[in-house]
Amino acid sequence: MELLVSSAIGILTAAGLYLVLRLRTFPVIVGTALLTYAVNVFLFASGGLTTGAPPILRDGVETYADPLPQALVLTAIVISFGMTAVVVVIALGAYLGAGEDRMNDTRPRVDPARGEPGE
Amino acid sequence: MSLFLIVLLPFLGALVPGVLNGAGRRVCAFATLGVTVTAFVGLLSNLPALMAGETPVAQMAWMPDLGLNATLMLDGLGFFFAALILGIGGLIIVYARYYLSRDDDMGEFFTYLLLFQGAMVGIVLSDNILFLLVFWELTSLSSFLLIGYWKHLPEGRQGARMALTVTGMGGLALIGGMLLLGRAAGSYELSVILESREAIQASPLYLPALILILVGCFTKSAQFPFHFWLPHAMAAPTPVSAYLHSATMVKAGIFLMARLWPVLSGTPEWFWIVTTAGLLTMVIGAAIAIFKHDLKALLAFSTVSHLGLITFLLGTGSAYAAVAAVFHILNHATFKAALFMTAGIVDHEAHTRDIRKLGGLRRLMPVTFGIALVASLSMAGIPLFNGFLSKEMMLEEAAHTTLFGIPLLVPVLATLGALFSAAYSFRFIVHTFLGPERDDYPSHPHDPGFGMWLPPALLCGLVIAIGLVPFLAEPGVFFVARAVLGETATIPEGLHLSIWHGLTPALMMSVIAVLGGAILLWLFRPASAAWRALHVPAAKGIFDAIVAAAVAGAGALVHRLHDGSFSRYAGIFALAVLGLAGHGWLTGEVATPTRAATPMNAVAAAGWLMLAAATGAIVLLHRNRLFALVLVGIIGTIVSLGFAVFSAPDLAMTQISVEVVTVILLLLALNFLPNETPRESSGFRRARDAVLALVAGGLTFGLSHHLLRTGFSEPTISDYFLDNSYAGGGGTNVVNVILVDFRGFDTFGEITVLGIAALVIFALTESLIRGAVGAKLRARRPDKDLAGDMHPMMMVVLTRVIMPVVLLVGVYIFLRGHNEPGGGFIAGLIVAVAVVMQYMASGYYWAEARQRTPYHAIIGAGVLIAAATGIGAWFTGHPFLTSSFTYLKIPPLEEFEVASALGFDLGVFLTVVGSVLLSLESFARMARRADKKDSDHAMDIDPSRGEKG
Repeated sequence: MELLVSSAIGILTAAGLYLVLRLRTFPVIVGTALLTYAVNVFLFASGGLTTGAPPILRDGVETYADPLPQALVLTAIVISFGMTAVVVVIALGAYLGAGEDRMNDTRPRVDPARGEPGE
Repeated sequence: MSLFLIVLLPFLGALVPGVLNGAGRRVCAFATLGVTVTAFVGLLSNLPALMAGETPVAQMAWMPDLGLNATLMLDGLGFFFAALILGIGGLIIVYARYYLSRDDDMGEFFTYLLLFQGAMVGIVLSDNILFLLVFWELTSLSSFLLIGYWKHLPEGRQGARMALTVTGMGGLALIGGMLLLGRAAGSYELSVILESREAIQASPLYLPALILILVGCFTKSAQFPFHFWLPHAMAAPTPVSAYLHSATMVKAGIFLMARLWPVLSGTPEWFWIVTTAGLLTMVIGAAIAIFKHDLKALLAFSTVSHLGLITFLLGTGSAYAAVAAVFHILNHATFKAALFMTAGIVDHEAHTRDIRKLGGLRRLMPVTFGIALVASLSMAGIPLFNGFLSKEMMLEEAAHTTLFGIPLLVPVLATLGALFSAAYSFRFIVHTFLGPERDDYPSHPHDPGFGMWLPPALLCGLVIAIGLVPFLAEPGVFFVARAVLGETATIPEGLHLSIWHGLTPALMMSVIAVLGGAILLWLFRPASAAWRALHVPAAKGIFDAIVAAAVAGAGALVHRLHDGSFSRYAGIFALAVLGLAGHGWLTGEVATPTRAATPMNAVAAAGWLMLAAATGAIVLLHRNRLFALVLVGIIGTIVSLGFAVFSAPDLAMTQISVEVVTVILLLLALNFLPNETPRESSGFRRARDAVLALVAGGLTFGLSHHLLRTGFSEPTISDYFLDNSYAGGGGTNVVNVILVDFRGFDTFGEITVLGIAALVIFALTESLIRGAVGAKLRARRPDKDLAGDMHPMMMVVLTRVIMPVVLLVGVYIFLRGHNEPGGGFIAGLIVAVAVVMQYMASGYYWAEARQRTPYHAIIGAGVLIAAATGIGAWFTGHPFLTSSFTYLKIPPLEEFEVASALGFDLGVFLTVVGSVLLSLESFARMARRADKKDSDHAMDIDPSRGEKG
């Protein structure tokens, strides 16, 4: 089981990083989503893999899954939604405003003091 | 008056002038004067205690763990400086009232001035050296504001920037030096440090501490080679120059050297560094001053020179010299402030400060001439004025000092400094006031009003009084000098401040200096030509070149690293993380697995296969964006199933509901974005990224696997939560209890962030819709055919029917959250999904018309309810967010639990509902178009309207 979970984390990380390095906004957003899965599962897995023992206290039950990583990951999932939404609206605004959805802008800088392109 | 109040008064008073600005210039100035006079009187009220041999102290713990306490102490030295700062400050305020023109914002000026005054008083009264540093930095900042007060003058801005750069850098050095000093002494309290002379001087930290502290003092007091900023700071209004650059701020460095004199002085290092810097500054500053044509520049360099003189005296390390230094601080403050004010009067009346355009003002401005004459002769060191007395003492000390083993070096240099000093003092008088009257002054000069000449006249009264009857000043000077000396030395027997000491070497040197100065002025033209031929390098040019080089270097570095390519940053970041992690992996010790591997089963393997296949497909087919979104949904579902399998029901429920809202959000966004991602990267680039990604994935795999099999070397805190969840938090769902109780503060922060994110989205969308983008959006034609029926009837009916059911589930999940899987986060997401379904099925207009509470309000209410629950704990005397619970029995219901954490969870619930819906609604608003009005009937065929619809 450990092998499955850890390899899934590895696969999600690799795919996420590859997509983050693409040149358009949408794949980058998808890539960060995959990285989010990878990180959340990694954090969750740091408590160890336990089956059939949710951290809901019951009389006579002694072993429970580690509740702490679960609590941390729960808020992380919700926050990641907020983060994705903000990134999406920024990407959308850039696309609608500038008419293109490229990630990189390596045009020569405009020096605000001189008002002309310079290095 | 309490020492705290004396320091605080100027800071509090700084609010007054700004408020009274509208009440007229006189009221504004008098209120400011009132603040300073009150503080001065408060200072004097401590004098009796001081005279009785006490040392008034005021203490307040601030950050005792760091050794930083707000400790104030008043001894002779502190009293002397505080009196100078507040006394001359009062005179400056009167003078500035008449100096500033109607165009100048007087409230702003006096606000800065009082801030500065408070900071200076803070420096001289601090007993804690870290506390002192706070005030030290404040003087740099407030003097920056004062020097740059005339914002329209480029010289003012440049001068202010240069002063801030130099003194700010010195301040950094001083912080380092003070920390080392505190470490060497074992305390940051001055009272302790001053008694640890042996320990400090024996410490290996002594030399670095000394050098850093001296850099701080030298930059502040404009000692060579940091002297260049002071003349450029003269672009400030003259009251500022008179106050900061004669009497107070530039003396802060001197003050600190005097304050730390008992512990730092007396070593060869101190002697060489301080004496050399002082001597060089004295001679170089005086030489430059002679040939300056701007009255204020002349005075600025003369100040540099006189500060050098005091530094030299402190450097020699004898008790006699310390007395002379204190005496000269007093004398210099009186005559130099008067001279600056005189220069300001000339500038104010004649509209120029250029000596070449002046001359012959003697008859036009007799009062000003009288003041200038007294002050200049004192500066020149002419008997019967106070400057003579302390300069005599300096020459006397110089006659007995040997530097670098060269005899006569110090006496000759000191005499030369005094000679130059006499020359520029004479020039100030002769070239400005004597000579024939001219008819080409930029403005016809005459004596100013009473208010403007009274302050310098009062100072001149002091100059003469001390000069004629020095023994009157003697007790005061000795009192201060004893505070400087501390317990390391006593004032020499039989020393008296007097005019006549007999035919001493000092008198000879003095005579040479005065005569030489007069001759130098007589030969001014040839001397000036010779000086120009020397081509002394201008320090400003060197400074500007260094700054320009630093700016260019930083710019080049930043532009190389930060070229606008996000992919590059991400790549650099990934590489750096991989490099560090790889290094850690290779060099670290790998523990052996401690946890047994859990057996695999077929269902899990099938799930893994789906996840791997979906992820691989995304990478290969991500250019089809809609398809990529479907695959993300699959991955998210598998992840939530995984949470369910591994005993995390709360996570599974959260993940699946977040998945729903995320996919809806991305669908809304895809509505506007292109459907395809074009193939842009070269094959090389793709291969390179793939290698990077595979290495990252492989390492993460290895790390995760290792972590899963070995666990942590230290015990975790999780058991605490398991043990105390029910007893302390009253809930059996440990995850929920952690969220709303144990780590409630974290959660509070998180829901606040979530709410802010939703508001940011709303604000961004709003500005997009209102701007040019909005017009574009409204004119947009969709790139796909619209569905034939906008609102499929089946879906409309279904969503409406299940809405109450979903809401009921939401309430159930919310209420049971404390004991069973569920809680505010999950319930909030479920309810949000229920509402979003209505938007999707019945249309924006229909849903909007039925939505009566704005989502902002729901977010706000959520955060406020959570906060109110936390604050509730205060009323029972517990810290913020302490929860409490009890069990109630209301027949016919069964006994149930009421926990304050439920109120907190309600806040979480509302914030999540509001945030999710506000985000999605914002996106939906973009989709509204002008050309196609959305029907406010939810169904294309409205059954209530028959067949016509």
